[in-house]
Amino acid sequence: MVTINSWGRLSREEHNVVALSDRGQIQASLTTPGLAHGMGRSYGDVCLNPQGEIWITTGLDHFIAFDESTGRLVCEAGVLLQDIQRLMIPRGWILPVTPGTQLVTVGGAIANDVHGKNHHVVGSFGDHIKSLTLIRTNGETIECGPDQHPEWFSATVGGVGLTGVIASAEIQLRPVAGPWVDTETIAFDNLEEFFRLSDTSEAQWEHTVSWIDCISKGGGRGLFMRGNPADTKDRKAPKAGKLTMPIVPPVSMVNRLTLRPFNMTYYHLKKWQAKRELAHYEPFFYPLDNVLHWNRMYGPKGFYQYQSVVPREVGQDAVQAMLKEIARSGDGSFLAVLKTFGNRQPLGMLSFPQPGVTLALDFPNHGDRTHKLFKRLDAIVREAKGRIYLAKDARMPKELFEAGYPRLAEFIQYRDPGISSGLSRRLMGS
Amino acid sequence: MKLKKKIAIIGATSAIAEQCARQWAKENPSEIVLVSRNQEKAERIASDLKVRTPDAVITNLQVDFLDAGQIQELIHQIYQSGNVDVALIAHGSLPDQEACQNDLVLCREALDVNGISPVLFAEAFAMQMQKANSGTLAIIGSVAGDRGRKSNYTYGAAKGLVAGYVQGLQHRFANTNVKVVLIKPGPTDTPMTAHLKQSGAKLAPVDRVAAEVVRGIESGQRVIYTPKIWSVIMMVIRNLPHFVFKRLDI
Ligand SMILES: Cc1cc2nc3c(=O)[nH]c(=O)nc-3n(C[C@H](O)[C@H](O)[C@H](O)COP(=O)(O)OP(=O)(O)OC[C@H]3O[C@@H](n4cnc5c(N)ncnc54)[C@H](O)[C@@H]3O)c2cc1C
Repeated sequence: MVTINSWGRLSREEHNVVALSDRGQIQASLTTPGLAHGMGRSYGDVCLNPQGEIWITTGLDHFIAFDESTGRLVCEAGVLLQDIQRLMIPRGWILPVTPGTQLVTVGGAIANDVHGKNHHVVGSFGDHIKSLTLIRTNGETIECGPDQHPEWFSATVGGVGLTGVIASAEIQLRPVAGPWVDTETIAFDNLEEFFRLSDTSEAQWEHTVSWIDCISKGGGRGLFMRGNPADTKDRKAPKAGKLTMPIVPPVSMVNRLTLRPFNMTYYHLKKWQAKRELAHYEPFFYPLDNVLHWNRMYGPKGFYQYQSVVPREVGQDAVQAMLKEIARSGDGSFLAVLKTFGNRQPLGMLSFPQPGVTLALDFPNHGDRTHKLFKRLDAIVREAKGRIYLAKDARMPKELFEAGYPRLAEFIQYRDPGISSGLSRRLMGS
Repeated sequence: MKLKKKIAIIGATSAIAEQCARQWAKENPSEIVLVSRNQEKAERIASDLKVRTPDAVITNLQVDFLDAGQIQELIHQIYQSGNVDVALIAHGSLPDQEACQNDLVLCREALDVNGISPVLFAEAFAMQMQKANSGTLAIIGSVAGDRGRKSNYTYGAAKGLVAGYVQGLQHRFANTNVKVVLIKPGPTDTPMTAHLKQSGAKLAPVDRVAAEVVRGIESGQRVIYTPKIWSVIMMVIRNLPHFVFKRLDI
């Protein structure tokens, strides 16, 4: 048995670990009930199976085929997005969708149907999967995609690993001139301005995301960042430095004393820097990837991320209300991220993105105090008819899950009975 | 610009070998020849390399690793399409020491696959490299070959055989353009050692080991310990007096 953590480091549960490394032998490894686990970059228990078996997929890291003329890439599910980006961008192709870290697997990105800063233009990760191979614990192998067994496909995209093990997938990449992004940062003082900036930017800018200062009185001031792929090719790439959090500090370094000065400094520094500039895609898309193990700064008790999406019509009020609760609690985080999703229905039965606005924040784990705050935030999300992101969740109540994911009953029919996770037991009862 | 290289990898499905191949693929080689026993696995590795380095020719050959005649024939065949710049001999399997003590057939297999077989491949390459007066021959040994220990001396003895053999080969090629490199990885995180990891062993990441192997081969070092710390650890272990050594449970 080995202790496996997810990114939030909230638990230290034992798992029996089985490493999958041979695509031809996956089936043979699924003898006892378990759960696929990629890079463990999910925050809560969606990628954990406490006291049970975990099938680590990072050894399934082979490319299978690439068509230079169409940009279609076939690869095993344990390939990291980082490997795809570094190999393909110099050849003129880029992943259409990536989350805020490239240290995740293709399988993990499909199972959580992850989104990026360009959801309003291209949708989520699953929208670019042409087909995938699903291996079930009963011995079945199902090839599915938008045109082939679409019901299995939409259960598996965003299906949080519960429909089977994804062995490989075919991804449609997008053409790109080079590794550079034209970026612009604009400061805003309140949510109204944020929404105005979103509305006026989305037609012209592929990537938009905002950092907000969740501590300041009134809440809602922040920095709006937008970017477009640049036409430039030849420019020397910056040298990547690697910072590391070497140890777990005995207490969380994120507390009431550090937060306010940090958020203030960051806001003013960036505001002062606010301008247009050419950025390399790595720091632009993955600002934290160079700080290895930054999740350790929250100390041994770990941290929660609370990410919700609420419909656009009520978005401003709901976000304002959440920010108010958070400011009152004094427990906000370094990373409060606000973004609007595009007006498109999600492909997956349990996919998170839906039309509206999404707010994501980290909270150090202060036990009861933190849970009380979450209760108040839950109430706002429920009333707004929003939902919480499963990839980030470790505690939402079952009722909120059922209210937020109306296709749950349909999804359940596609579950693999040989697979269960901490999250599925908590929210689906098995 | 770097000259394009032809690279031959024996035991290409071993984890360290595969990671080395990926590193070489980044350098845009002209040809990578994979030699293995398992056709299906080798094909998977070949198609992966093909995506990583579309301009290189990737060949995938199978051979019986214990058949001296077949081995000689195969290396001869590889040379027919041009000289090899780098040959990496990487195969091996970690036997269960206790099982080897109880079953001479297993003991024999472990010695064959980890000792005799790599030497046969090396000798076949040596013959060709001598003719061409060029090439780097790299062989994966092990820190286990540095001093016999009760926990794995069958494996260690085979690797010790390889080490002694390489010394001789280095002597033979001392005044030529042929380079011979012995690589001694410490415990590395591969499918071969997965069971050690479950029981809490500290293992070096395989891509890091591979990067050091490729760099070491490039610079033509005679002996490469990887990770480097193992050169110090093994120096201590080699020099421990027996009265101390015998009390260690290693
Ligand atoms: C710094 C940071 C920034 C992030 N930013 C974003 C963001 O902007 N947008 C976003 O959407 N997410 C974001 N995330 C979350 C992250 O993208 C997702 O949690 C992602 O799914 C993690 O992938 P993984 O490979 O680590 O999978 P894991 O976390 O290990 O597993 C995730 C799920 O996938 C399943 N799974 C994994 N592999 C397979 C497989 N082969 N077959 C079947 N199921 C499988 C697991 O069972 C589990 O349910 C971020 C995370 C971090 C740490």
